[in-house]
Amino acid sequence: MAIEPRGTRPGRMLDPTRIMIYGVLIVAAVYYLLPLYVMIVTSMKGMPEIRLGNIFSPPVEVTFEPWVKAWDTACTGLYCEGLKVGFWNSVQILIPSVIISIMVASVNGYALANWRFRGSEVFFTILIFGSFIPYQVMLYPLVILTRELGIFGSLYAVILIHTIFGMPILTLLFRNYFASLPQELFKAGRVDGAGFWGIFLKIMVPMSLPIFVVAVILQVTGIWNDFLFGVIFAGTKNFPMTVQLNNIVNSTQGVKEYNVNMAATILTGAVPLLIYFLSGKYFVRGIAAGAVKG
Amino acid sequence: MDSARPNPYFRNLNAKAAAVPMVLTTLVVFVGCSIWTVVYSFSASRALPINEFVGFAQYDRLFSTSRWTKSVENIAVYGVTSLIFSLVVGFILAAFMDQKIRFENTFRTIYLYPFALSFIVTGLVWQWILNPTFGLQQVVRDLGWESFTFDLISGRDTVIYALLIAGIWQGTGFVMALMLAGLRGIDEDIWKASRVDGIPVWKTYLFVVIPMMRGVFITTLVIIASGIVRLYDLVVALTNGGPGIASEVPAKYVYDFMFARGNVGQALAASTVMLTTVLIILIPWVYLEYGKKKQG
Amino acid sequence: MKALKSALAAATFLATAGMASATDLEVTHWWTSGGEAAAVKVFADAFNASGNNWVDGAIAGGGNARPIIISRITGGDPMGATQLNTGRDAEDLIQAGLMTDLTELAEKEGWADFIRPSKLLDSCKFEGKIYCVPVNIHSFQWMWLNRSVYESNGLAVPGNWSDFVSSASALREKGVIPLAVGGEPWQINGMAGVFMVALGGVDLYKAINVEKSADAAGGAEMTKVFEAIAAARGMVDDGFVGRAWNDAANMVITGKAGAQIMGDWAQGEFSVAGLTAGKEYDCLPGLGVHPVLDTGGDAFFFPKPAGDKPDVVKAQLEMASLLVSKQVQVDFNLKKGSLPIRGDIDLAAANGCMQKGLKILEKPENILPSGEQAWSSDTQGQMEDLWVEFFNDPDMSVADAQGRYVEIIKTAN
Repeated sequence: MAIEPRGTRPGRMLDPTRIMIYGVLIVAAVYYLLPLYVMIVTSMKGMPEIRLGNIFSPPVEVTFEPWVKAWDTACTGLYCEGLKVGFWNSVQILIPSVIISIMVASVNGYALANWRFRGSEVFFTILIFGSFIPYQVMLYPLVILTRELGIFGSLYAVILIHTIFGMPILTLLFRNYFASLPQELFKAGRVDGAGFWGIFLKIMVPMSLPIFVVAVILQVTGIWNDFLFGVIFAGTKNFPMTVQLNNIVNSTQGVKEYNVNMAATILTGAVPLLIYFLSGKYFVRGIAAGAVKG
Repeated sequence: MDSARPNPYFRNLNAKAAAVPMVLTTLVVFVGCSIWTVVYSFSASRALPINEFVGFAQYDRLFSTSRWTKSVENIAVYGVTSLIFSLVVGFILAAFMDQKIRFENTFRTIYLYPFALSFIVTGLVWQWILNPTFGLQQVVRDLGWESFTFDLISGRDTVIYALLIAGIWQGTGFVMALMLAGLRGIDEDIWKASRVDGIPVWKTYLFVVIPMMRGVFITTLVIIASGIVRLYDLVVALTNGGPGIASEVPAKYVYDFMFARGNVGQALAASTVMLTTVLIILIPWVYLEYGKKKQG
Repeated sequence: MKALKSALAAATFLATAGMASATDLEVTHWWTSGGEAAAVKVFADAFNASGNNWVDGAIAGGGNARPIIISRITGGDPMGATQLNTGRDAEDLIQAGLMTDLTELAEKEGWADFIRPSKLLDSCKFEGKIYCVPVNIHSFQWMWLNRSVYESNGLAVPGNWSDFVSSASALREKGVIPLAVGGEPWQINGMAGVFMVALGGVDLYKAINVEKSADAAGGAEMTKVFEAIAAARGMVDDGFVGRAWNDAANMVITGKAGAQIMGDWAQGEFSVAGLTAGKEYDCLPGLGVHPVLDTGGDAFFFPKPAGDKPDVVKAQLEMASLLVSKQVQVDFNLKKGSLPIRGDIDLAAANGCMQKGLKILEKPENILPSGEQAWSSDTQGQMEDLWVEFFNDPDMSVADAQGRYVEIIKTAN
């Protein structure tokens, strides 16, 4: 798949159109970067400097103490252990949830794209509809459901919940992607006598790295940032990092320590951010394949 | 070639077996929960669901509550505005990014990174920047522009725009990525042909390229719209519904009544109204979009 | 979490070697501000010293914590104990049989004899049985003033609400925000409750909150309350959207604002900041007009463990007994800034403001029920919505707002 820019041919660097284009892109970039800039600058200031005002001024004396505090000693309730405890809990929730939800959704997408059966489109339609139901509405029944399954308050429950809520969008993307692959490959596989799983594992999956990257990015972002499901369904021992972030940010022990709050915020966002920075190129490529075909 | 085709029953069986998780999810969770919601919206349930049914009492109360009316109004304003802005801004950025520019990767990363941050974070940072007493307004005033006013967040009529600024900041990068992907999927020959015919670039975009990107627009629409209906975290983090009830949204109404207020019946009535609205908007569209393509 | 747990377990093991086996009890609460965390540590230390193990489940913000607490209990993964407000928060959960019955323990220890006011224990009762432990008395009927803000600006420190109102504009001219408020609805609702007593009188408060009289709610006395809230609009800054109560308290502590109308839990923030009552800050119960207390507060509930777990129930009862014990009550309330639930303990160490509170508490006629005790959380929520909408909307007339208030009282439960 060619991923080269295809717009109008570039002219000289200094023609008015180019200047306008770069101008707009740069102005937009300022708007997008402003909050990150404020976060980083603030997280490196001491409290006396913050009290002086100007949230946009760079730190006079750079300090990493807020970062250390946020990670290591910030108090949430009785424990003053910072974010590090929740970090591993979040990893523990993240890895199985991402793997299982993507496995399920990719098989769904494959079945919908290549092995349609009577009613499969109806289920797909309901699934898309499901992505519009507010989570809060389903909280009560899902508590009851997981209770009846005997998994409430465990990692299994939270994996199940993330699989369910990740399903609509992921299935849509996988379905579109698989439908965009050349049908000849699929037919050739069938001629060779490969079955449902054979074609999936030997032909489809190896060709689908871009869309898997997109799915991983979406799920890592969603699951890592989740607060509600983690704290309700995963059980006490697995409180995710966002719970501690919320505790640090929303509870003031005396003076509101904006620098620690900002450091905590960046630290919590670090995992999804890193994934974006590392795989941004694949993201667009995968999206290109997963979203283009309607 | 017919003989090479798998037995239809066998084929159905395999695909169906693989689709069991999806079928269960749609039937048990999405359909099941919706039915449960509708049924108990007619009950007098307080903190826990009970089987005491009271007809439309919860709905009477819902529609006479000014907070609900305001919530609906807000989501309508927010929804329409953010849909338009996300699509327009996302498309323009993508179109500009597609002009063989330098530093494309840098720009893309800058536009995309907010999507990686949670709404708690987004709300916190923007609350700070928008805060009139120490945010942007104060900073500009300190620079000498004494009359500068940027207090969207504390005005009843303007707070919704504060939400929009933060929401668009968080979401348009993703729209841009989708659009860029769509643009990259347009065949080079189209551009060549339009250049040969002397059609202006903007016309080519508007009348040739955009119609060809239908699939992308639909995927984008599903993703943006489902985010709008669920709008909750951002409001809680940024304004908590304030000032007063000026930035309340339906999902927050549901959540507050379901838990903090211990009135499940009222919460479910509100969610039923939300569900019905989504259904009315969605069903004809989904039917047209996906229902017509029966053949694989 | 694991490392911490094993460290805790090891510590408890060393401390209690030879005693009965330690039971882990997870305790959920939303006490995460400075004063609150110091107070909850008193409980945790006492419980750990008893040979059990307090596993802290703090979740900032009652709005965040309550859904989690309730869904965990209904989902069959109950915590060992949980904080909730005294009152009707847990009514339905008790009714559904999800809470451990504490009646036997309460009778053995004679809770009814020493818990005062007795109404506090009544709100833990359901069909004659006791299901919760009140741990403190909190009253919203206070105003907190920064003395130095007034003194350094050459103003007299207000002794009551009308003094405050008349000096508000002078304070504003000096660049000080007269009244610090936060954006949360319960704060405005509480403020309205304070005005109800201070401006409408104790009788008005009782007519509405006890007799639930719609006439009183629509009467001229009540109109004054709406007018006062409307007047308060002009005394605040415009940065209060989304502000938490303790950040508002901090504005008073740092001298950015002159005063705050807030419950006595604000006192914990003042003492964490190292301020002394009567010296740097001052307190006016009942806005200096009618010094009374409404007796809300916090209570601990003990959800029934899933399955048959006698050791958990035993640990729950041990905790319940500890929470009301004399020394724990003294230590806890000094940190929390609240008043103890028993009258038979020595609180000489209490500061000036707490002493004022204790004196008020001596006379039964000074004691009013709090909003949480009077109304269901649903009705309270409706009131909060109304007050916060009214406070923020200058276009909403007093008559309109009062009309809606009457409607809420009429349909209240």
